[in-house]
Amino acid sequence: MKADVAVIGGGIHGCSAALNLARRGLKVVVLEKDHVGRHASGANAGGVRTLLRHEAEVPLALASRAIWHDIESELGDDCRYHTVGQLAVAETDAGLDELRARDARMHDLGYSHEELINADELKALVPGIAATVRGGLMAREDGAASPYHTTLAFRRAALATGVDIHEGCRVETLAPAAKGWRVAATGIEVEAGFIVNTAGAWGGHIAGLIGDPVPLSYFLPMMMVTARVEPFLKPVIIGTERPLSFKQMLNGTLVIGGGRPAIGDRDTMTYRPDFAGLKASAETVRDLFPMLGDVPVVRSWAGIEGIFADEIPVIGPSRASSNAVHAFGFCGHGFQLAPIVGRLVAELVMQGKASLPIAAFAVDRFDTTE
Amino acid sequence: MNMKASFDDSVELAIIGAGPAGLAAAITAGELGVKATVFDEGSGPGGQIYRAIEDTGNRPERLALLGEDYAKGGDQVQRFRASGCRYLPGHGVFDIAPDGGLGVNGPDGARWIAARRVIIAPGAMERPVPLPGWTLPGVMGAGAAQTLLKSSGLVPSTPVVLAGSGPLVVLIARQLLAAGARIAAVLDTTPRANFMNAAPLLPSAYVAGNDLRKGLRWLREVKRSGTAWHKGVSRIRIEGDEAVEAISFSAGGRSQRIACRLVLLHEGVIPNVQLSMAAGIEHDFDDTQWCWRPRADAFGRTGVEPILVAGDGAGIGGADLAADAGHLAALAVAADLGRLAAGDLETRSRPILARMRAGRRVRRFLDCLYRPHQEVLAPPDDETMVCRCEEVTAGELRRVAAMGCPGPNQAKAFTRCGMGPCQGRMCGLTAAAVLASAGGRSMAEVGHLRIRPPVKPITVGELAGLAGVGEPPAGAPPMPTGPKDEEDA
Amino acid sequence: MFQRLCEPREPVSFDFEGEMVTAEAGDTVAAALLAHGVGHNRRAVVSGDRRAPHCLIGACFECLVEIDGRPNRQACLTTVRAGMRVRRQDGPAKVKNGGGE
Repeated sequence: MKADVAVIGGGIHGCSAALNLARRGLKVVVLEKDHVGRHASGANAGGVRTLLRHEAEVPLALASRAIWHDIESELGDDCRYHTVGQLAVAETDAGLDELRARDARMHDLGYSHEELINADELKALVPGIAATVRGGLMAREDGAASPYHTTLAFRRAALATGVDIHEGCRVETLAPAAKGWRVAATGIEVEAGFIVNTAGAWGGHIAGLIGDPVPLSYFLPMMMVTARVEPFLKPVIIGTERPLSFKQMLNGTLVIGGGRPAIGDRDTMTYRPDFAGLKASAETVRDLFPMLGDVPVVRSWAGIEGIFADEIPVIGPSRASSNAVHAFGFCGHGFQLAPIVGRLVAELVMQGKASLPIAAFAVDRFDTTE
Repeated sequence: MNMKASFDDSVELAIIGAGPAGLAAAITAGELGVKATVFDEGSGPGGQIYRAIEDTGNRPERLALLGEDYAKGGDQVQRFRASGCRYLPGHGVFDIAPDGGLGVNGPDGARWIAARRVIIAPGAMERPVPLPGWTLPGVMGAGAAQTLLKSSGLVPSTPVVLAGSGPLVVLIARQLLAAGARIAAVLDTTPRANFMNAAPLLPSAYVAGNDLRKGLRWLREVKRSGTAWHKGVSRIRIEGDEAVEAISFSAGGRSQRIACRLVLLHEGVIPNVQLSMAAGIEHDFDDTQWCWRPRADAFGRTGVEPILVAGDGAGIGGADLAADAGHLAALAVAADLGRLAAGDLETRSRPILARMRAGRRVRRFLDCLYRPHQEVLAPPDDETMVCRCEEVTAGELRRVAAMGCPGPNQAKAFTRCGMGPCQGRMCGLTAAAVLASAGGRSMAEVGHLRIRPPVKPITVGELAGLAGVGEPPAGAPPMPTGPKDEEDA
Repeated sequence: MFQRLCEPREPVSFDFEGEMVTAEAGDTVAAALLAHGVGHNRRAVVSGDRRAPHCLIGACFECLVEIDGRPNRQACLTTVRAGMRVRRQDGPAKVKNGGGE
């Protein structure tokens, strides 16, 4: 099989890249070893967040935000996206100081999307929050969506644009060929001019095959969901002193996440919850929202995320090859970036450069001499 | 919050469930000096089959109705009480880890406990019977009506329609009649072909035990009472606006309709597998019993070393087989813990295994005779509710199957089927069957709903107060020391 | 729909939706409500349809009620206690609004 681009990894980033490449007229094949959205894409908490991002990610997140605000035009699906805002809550004075420092820094850099709010306004915005909160930092134009619906919307749009998606196809070898690459995967061989590496937690392995070794690690962020509760919460709540990502879905359920890891293994794709971590998240929720004490938790789950020690992804061209582009290792916060990163990948493939600053995400930024 | 220290954080043998298998395991453990702690979600020992037996012992009016099979549970429970085990009613287990750790929720709060060995004996539940109208008030399981009789001495006061197939249908019909209830009709859904298929197994089953002879006697009694008994029933629909008003069905080529307000459904029982799945035990689809079962050897040993399974929770066999399985599992644990020499294990288990082989001959006959009709497993009408909690119909599942949804886990994300409070207990098998049938695949291929702990709901407050777990690292999400990919370069 | 074989030997009274219900000690809340003639204990979360206990052993979660202010309680797994306040669960769990303690 011949294609212009072989996209390795069919999660949200893979589908976004494929869609954007196909929209620019390229013939694209996606190779996904399980099924679309099986891992990080389908298992995250669905936060669409610019708030508190690493400085290097901010320009990308702001550009992505504009796409999210009209995601229906982009994908033909509303992805259950709602602009409800995201709000980091400080439980202590020290936490509030941190938020203040962040706010100042963002203003210094010329950004105004994050806004300090005082305790009174916070309590008005979030009924039921503990009376002891000190204040918060809010990004009013942020929101939340359904990770699974969004990923599948990208998939559907990609298919409609002529992309071939092969599931159950694990890439075995990559070999340079006359016009780019020969990719051998389960039951299929693809000759492609270009490779895009969106293999998530397995992106390090693919990067290695391409010739760009990276110290990608992984973890399994855990989430839990409650029974349906009458609607009371609009913004997504982010913890400052303690990790928390807490939201109420449109159907009333509460999704509680926040970076506590499950116990598991990436390569057997098995995991189980760590109740010490779930307990810590529950404590945080109970302390911030005392009235939720009697709400039952009905399920926990985890995703498998690729992570780097500096907590930002690899986005950019390969160093070893002029025919490969990377976009992986989103450290648990890649969901919101998917719309823009797909465009940037398409730019990199077609023009060799991106319209937003991505130097910080370079694949060769790591000191691999260990 | 101060947790009253009602027990240590670590136990030698944890037994989950106090039905026949759990009771037998505790008794045997006691005999061999293994310290057992029994966690029971119920309020008193006996599981479902001997439910409320300690109380009913003082209630002759109920005991007379429930029969001798129920009454003999009283002896088991007495021996259980004398066994020296620690018994914890009102304690539900919401998770089991492969190292034998248990998450337990009880009146004093939630706690994580370490156990050297765990015997999971959670028993069975009635197979869900999805039909049009089955979610209406006034529709229950036949076993549910029996539970009401056992634990509260309640009897239907309105004529009952009993619909379904299986040994329990006959038993319950007899009990209802003896209790003075009126049965408007029994709708026997046993497929006609089953009689042919089961016939070859009948002789060895008949010889093997008393059960079959008893069952036939009851059947004759019920029929002699003049109760309308319709055979080969299909296409059942339950009608009503806010509650049951009537039931319609097809039998002998004719459509019929019976006005009623209480419908009892029963199509056999299936193992409760939530805990065995949470523990990471492999499960196989049993095509004869049409359910998922944990993979285990004759002693109940699974591939997960500290954990054994016993009783109907490991595969349907009835009370006697369950008790034997409980004995064997406890013997195996005793041997593992050095309380029983290998030779003694062999000697003691041999007669039990022999008895179980005979019991299984009866079971194979019953499984074959009462194999549910395909329309019970994968309801043909699109309007039939499959996921009661989230209100997902068979039609919606077929729609997502047509979109390429391969199994219940993906269907869950699309439709919310399996995401409600029952965590897939009522819809998991049906969803898999609908998807399998729509995609022309087997149940084993389609797979089962992935169980995600907690397998029983635990509140935010209870989880926040969970005792017995260490502290996770404070502050920002820990930078994990997971394996790195450099080496793959 | 259901009646008792005999009158409660050890009566226990509790409140259901403002009405007094007399149960027998040891009854589950679900059994007591059925004996009292309560037709439905909750409304389904999507359609609002009436629902009543179905399996009576804790598997189906149809018997959800609010007990003493705590929602999502399985009535079939809860033993009656004198003075309990039981309410129907109409749709999603209610949470007390307003600031925390």
